[in-house]
Amino acid sequence: METTSSSLPLADKPKPNYLTASYGIKSWLLTLDHKRIGILYIITLTTFFMMGGVYAALIRLELLTPAGDLLSSEAYNRTFTGHGVLMVFFVLVPLIPATMGNFLLPLMIGARDVAFPRLNLLSWYLLVIGGLTAASALLTGGVDTGWTFYAPLSSRYANGAVLVAIVGAFIAGFSSILTGLNFVITIHKMRAPGLTWFRLPLMVWAIYATSLIQVLATPVVAITLTLLALERLFGVGIFDPALGGDPILFEHMFWFYSHPVVYIMILPAFGVMSEVISCFSKKAIFGYRIIAYSSLAIAALGFIVWGHHMFVSGQSAYLGLVFSLLTMLIAVPTAIKIFGWLATMWGGSVELATPMLYAMGFIGLFTIGGLTGLFLAAMGLDVHVHDTYFIVAHFHYVMVGSAIMGYMSALHFWWPKMFGRMYPKTLAKVAAVLVFVGFNLTFFPQFVVGYLGMPRRYHFYPPEFQIYNVFSTAGAMVLGIAYLLPLLYFPYSLFKGEKVGANPWGAKGLEWETASPPPTENFEFTPVVTEEAYAYAKEGEPVVH
Amino acid sequence: MWETLFRDFSFLPEQASEHAGQVDLLYFFCVALTAVFTVLIPAVMVFVAIKFKRKSDDEVPKPVHGSLPLEIAWSVIPFVVTMVLFGWGAVLFFNYSSPPPNSLDVHVVGKQWMWKIQHPEGKREINQLHVPVNQPIRLIITSEDVLHSFYLPVFRIKRDAVPGRYQTMWFEATKTGEFHLFCAEYCGTEHSLMIGSVIVMSPEEYDQWLQTDDQDGSETPVAAGERLFSELRCNSCHNGAGGNGPSLDSLYRTRVAFTDGTNAIADESYIRESIVDPRRHTVAGFGPMMPTFQGQVSEEQVFELISYIKTLGVE
Repeated sequence: METTSSSLPLADKPKPNYLTASYGIKSWLLTLDHKRIGILYIITLTTFFMMGGVYAALIRLELLTPAGDLLSSEAYNRTFTGHGVLMVFFVLVPLIPATMGNFLLPLMIGARDVAFPRLNLLSWYLLVIGGLTAASALLTGGVDTGWTFYAPLSSRYANGAVLVAIVGAFIAGFSSILTGLNFVITIHKMRAPGLTWFRLPLMVWAIYATSLIQVLATPVVAITLTLLALERLFGVGIFDPALGGDPILFEHMFWFYSHPVVYIMILPAFGVMSEVISCFSKKAIFGYRIIAYSSLAIAALGFIVWGHHMFVSGQSAYLGLVFSLLTMLIAVPTAIKIFGWLATMWGGSVELATPMLYAMGFIGLFTIGGLTGLFLAAMGLDVHVHDTYFIVAHFHYVMVGSAIMGYMSALHFWWPKMFGRMYPKTLAKVAAVLVFVGFNLTFFPQFVVGYLGMPRRYHFYPPEFQIYNVFSTAGAMVLGIAYLLPLLYFPYSLFKGEKVGANPWGAKGLEWETASPPPTENFEFTPVVTEEAYAYAKEGEPVVH
Repeated sequence: MWETLFRDFSFLPEQASEHAGQVDLLYFFCVALTAVFTVLIPAVMVFVAIKFKRKSDDEVPKPVHGSLPLEIAWSVIPFVVTMVLFGWGAVLFFNYSSPPPNSLDVHVVGKQWMWKIQHPEGKREINQLHVPVNQPIRLIITSEDVLHSFYLPVFRIKRDAVPGRYQTMWFEATKTGEFHLFCAEYCGTEHSLMIGSVIVMSPEEYDQWLQTDDQDGSETPVAAGERLFSELRCNSCHNGAGGNGPSLDSLYRTRVAFTDGTNAIADESYIRESIVDPRRHTVAGFGPMMPTFQGQVSEEQVFELISYIKTLGVE
């Protein structure tokens, strides 16, 4: 072996990248390289996503008919709980920050790694341990409380492995806190020379805002779940009025975390949109600063709107007024972003590559998801649609339609950077269109059946609601196939995909200046930044302000 | 099969109250708003994708970094629109939570997995709510165990049933017929079977229905409360003659001052709290000596006691 390698001329040996720097399972499980950790997250979250998807398929099959003929009521309740717990805590919360954020953040700011690489690896292990704990609860005893764990049902009445599921979510919460902390410090301390705050890609701004929420909000859900466990284990009266507790307190504490969580899911997707849309329009982002500030505004406002989940719960009507008003205000920074992206595309050089198709799909779905949020923020209207399928449709438009579309856009955009190979482009475009069609067919009818009055989490339902459920189930089949396609062509592209250079899309940003795949140390020399983000225009070109 | 499926196709549940019509109006406004943007934004994207399609690989479009007037426009217009929605929604909400004074009080207790309902005349029913048309009905809702939610889609109203507290909402049916009643807050295994119907009848039919004696007793809540009041020996302190407890005469809807300097309006929730958790607030001028009746009286009995106390000292 030694003789062979030493006899080769040095120039012929390809320079190792982060994938070829070392081999073997140990080199992955003990890696401190943010890029490898990003890949580990992609594999982990894809696994949890498929498990959550199986639960979704069972739900849609059961609801094809009004009679509860496929599963027992108990099994059905466990199914939608499993779907919610896995998808929210173990897929959507870590989705973009943990996968794309880990891989890209140091590359985007010209750093060698994140600030604390060992903490970063620990975060991944915590998510895996939390996920396996929750999955074991779901698969063995089952949990039938819904992912919201409302007390006193969850603390005093529900059977099953509620405690184990809570412990799983609790552990995963620490993964989220540590990742957020790591990213905040990395962004503050490790930017390349010349990379000032207002030269940062908007993706970094979005990850920064997200990380702040992760650090500040997640401890509250940890406290809430601990109190719930105390009541369930030892009968300490906190939420159950029979023990002197207050169930509304649980709702307040739960939504104080779980509303900001929606912004943990959606803000990074906003960041992806800014990168993808500027690249495939070959134009600087319209209103860079106001888009950066709007991320922070959404993060801040997101903390003070949780009571809009509780208009009919017994919260004071005057408190409800305040929450309704504040919720309405979120429409402003959100509108700024959407119109900013449209204005970026306007007059650009637009290419409908796969990431751009997903980005346009995102804008379409997020428009509906965001505007239907206004229905729910209007108190008198929310009274009717609260806890119906209207809500189910709304939050899937935001959390799946938008967050997953954003993730898919990111994955297709940075895949060639991650692996140095391109996926089959036509097939990917077909999948993107199928996701859009399947998604709308699944969830649009749920707005209608929700307004007609079909409550959520219903195993049996009145027969007049069937037609909408038939559409939904048909759409879910299309969506399922559309999500399976990337599972086939991405692995295929790793071996057979066309090899690409450092910057296949002609994009701006430091990550495109290093090789694809990047070397372990990211950059051969520390990059020095001398220009604004998205400087697609030629030097000396007049700039319209 | 398809004909049966599509026979039920519609976009609105029946409107069986004036409030329902008002909620639908706000809904139409929101739908129109959503429709405009859902058509406009994708239309702009399609237009852009065609008009500004990349022509060559080295094409460099003219950079535009922003436009203050545009940015102000798309911040201010959404702000104004959402403030209209906020005000409109708030007015509807206060309408739904402010019953007119001539309402009939109907008591609702949720438990896993049924709705127990009692009428002011004493008639009880389960999973069915019979009401007269054109008469405001105020529902006083609570739960014996976990959270539930009493949902009547034809009136566009729901309210969570929360153990340990009373919640109210009201409606005035304008249409006779039988309509859905759902539990909307997930409450465990048979949540989707915790359903029933609201039956709106003409006043004559309702009176007739009240007369049908299909159960034992049908004592009115006031009479039952009076009997309980003496059985539980409430009157040994609350006798209005210098006993250990404050007089309950004309208590309902008056302001009560407490030893800690705070005060409250004596509504159903306050009277309920005084029975099950009397030490939480002590009426000024009295000592904290009343024992709790939590666990000794059922939710229905608490309601009967309250119904009786509301009549004390009232001509």
